[in-house]
Amino acid sequence: MDQFINLTLNGLSQGAVYAALALSLVIIYQATRVVNFAQPALALISVYIAYTVSQATGSYWLGFGAALLTGLVLGAATERLLIRPVHGRSPLNAIIITLGLLLVLQGLAGMIWSNEPHSFAYPMDYRGRFSPSDWFALGSVGAAALMLFALYRFTPLGLRMRAAAFRPEAARLSGVRVGLMLTAGWAIASVIGALAGMLAAPPFIFPNVLDEVFIFAIAAAVVGGLENPFGALAGGVLLGLGMSYVSGYAGPELTTLAALAILVVVLSIRPDGLFSRPTARKV
Amino acid sequence: MVSLSDHESTSRDKQPESTAPAPTVGDRWRALPALVRFPLAALAAFAAILALTSVTGPTGDLRIGSVGYYMLAIAGLQLLIGYSGQISLGHGAFMFIGAYTMALLVLNQPALPLWLNMIITVVLSCTAGVLVGAATARLHGPYLAGATLALAVGLPALTVRYPELLGGSNGLAFSTRGAPASLAGVITNTQWQAAAVWGTTLIGLVVLATISAGRLGRRMRALRDDEAAAGLAGIPVGRTKVIAFVISAGAGGLAGACQAYLLGTATPSSFTVTLSLSLLAALVLGGLGSMWGAFFGAVALVYVEVWGEELAHALALDSNVANNLPIVFFGVLLILVILVWPRGLHGMASSLADLVRRGR
Repeated sequence: MDQFINLTLNGLSQGAVYAALALSLVIIYQATRVVNFAQPALALISVYIAYTVSQATGSYWLGFGAALLTGLVLGAATERLLIRPVHGRSPLNAIIITLGLLLVLQGLAGMIWSNEPHSFAYPMDYRGRFSPSDWFALGSVGAAALMLFALYRFTPLGLRMRAAAFRPEAARLSGVRVGLMLTAGWAIASVIGALAGMLAAPPFIFPNVLDEVFIFAIAAAVVGGLENPFGALAGGVLLGLGMSYVSGYAGPELTTLAALAILVVVLSIRPDGLFSRPTARKV
Repeated sequence: MVSLSDHESTSRDKQPESTAPAPTVGDRWRALPALVRFPLAALAAFAAILALTSVTGPTGDLRIGSVGYYMLAIAGLQLLIGYSGQISLGHGAFMFIGAYTMALLVLNQPALPLWLNMIITVVLSCTAGVLVGAATARLHGPYLAGATLALAVGLPALTVRYPELLGGSNGLAFSTRGAPASLAGVITNTQWQAAAVWGTTLIGLVVLATISAGRLGRRMRALRDDEAAAGLAGIPVGRTKVIAFVISAGAGGLAGACQAYLLGTATPSSFTVTLSLSLLAALVLGGLGSMWGAFFGAVALVYVEVWGEELAHALALDSNVANNLPIVFFGVLLILVILVWPRGLHGMASSLADLVRRGR
């Protein structure tokens, strides 16, 4: 029983990280219909900036702020400079652009900060069962999700962003600056991605540190349904818990296979993810 | 998207007789039935490879062989993504299956000839393709991409689960028989290996090209352009999708077997997600919707890294910069090609060829 509780708590804090990165993927997918493969790289650069700022100032929280700010700028710049030109073309084009950006940014990170791992601090005490760090992971992701929900549901900006994502023509006719709203969506998503990176990176940071987390985040987003932010959160927690139990009871080498199994089972029952609504298609 | 006959028209550029500006030769070439044309083109390509490897050293042979198996894998992906429109990010998983099948066969059944090993590999990876294709036939777009990506990550983890059989994270190492004794003085071992890989690749390509030029290929393209309309027109949607998946899995498995044969090892670290993503990137870089795209993509995949390393060496860069230069180079190339020539290197080449032809 004790082990079960430990595994559950562990799975929850891992799942929170997957959920955050999955959430950032879903926001971007909703806005521009692109699965953003560069998300781990944008987060990676943010975390490296945090590392540099923390080293220079000695304060973790200054670095944390710098990471979120970097995420904001990088996300906006990516949409403006790289995604906008291929908007409306085959979705494969945008996927390849983000893949290219992933390679470039990971390579640049290696060039600037070297491929060797640097030690990277936890935000708080990480020892013991459900440490303050784990609480921080759950709390910050929960807070980010709540703020996002409030933004989308209760503010004029959120309304415009939803309008731009779902009915771009009608939104444009009513005076919404659709392009700006899509950029804002990418920026917000990248901030959440940077948060996920800050939570996932410790204890070491190196150019490929976020790759594994990103795979699970994609799996979480797909399990939950790419159309639905709540689905991303639920998918992340489901995946985190499932992998934690498999790792604890059956062996840690099976975790990736467990993720695959969860994905296959969920998708064979619901091909569009758990929380998708059926859509009518015009021929 | 251009029709296949247009792409094949560029194949005469590779034929020696087409250098003459007589359009009749090209027309006569295109008038040949696919079953004659593709094998002939493959024979010409094979002769070119033999000629090429006779002047390159062992390293060059290895690189040429690598272009061969990458080309086969990318061509399989071309059939799946370019023709049937299913985006798979897990092609590396089938290369993994192929490579390990090859390694296990060589280690446990050393008496079997190479061609039989290749056939067994194709059968096994096609079986895996049936399983995966049937499980994912209902998925579309990013959902299929996500599921196949998880496959590419999950499957190599099996090696760690069964270390006695699959060699753990160190993988399996084996030695293959090189050139036959009767040819000992004529060609070197690496030349023989490159030729064997290219022979397999070209047979695979002939099969893929013939399929995509025929009825099945037409059905796949209909499916890609509009799934619902294709279904209404009487095309069996699910079955065609699964068949495309199976054929592409077979090509991927065969490519993996060629890689294992060429390198003499099968390690889980060669079949990371990066491999699957690089294959997709190379496919789009080369050009979607044409088998020539696979060739350009494979050349880019192998030689961009080589050139990046050479450039870094020539500029005497700091090791941090030098180690990461090839990947940055490849990434920049990907972004530039998509922004400037969305139809890939093949599209760029054929529009250049059009310009030249019109200017003449």
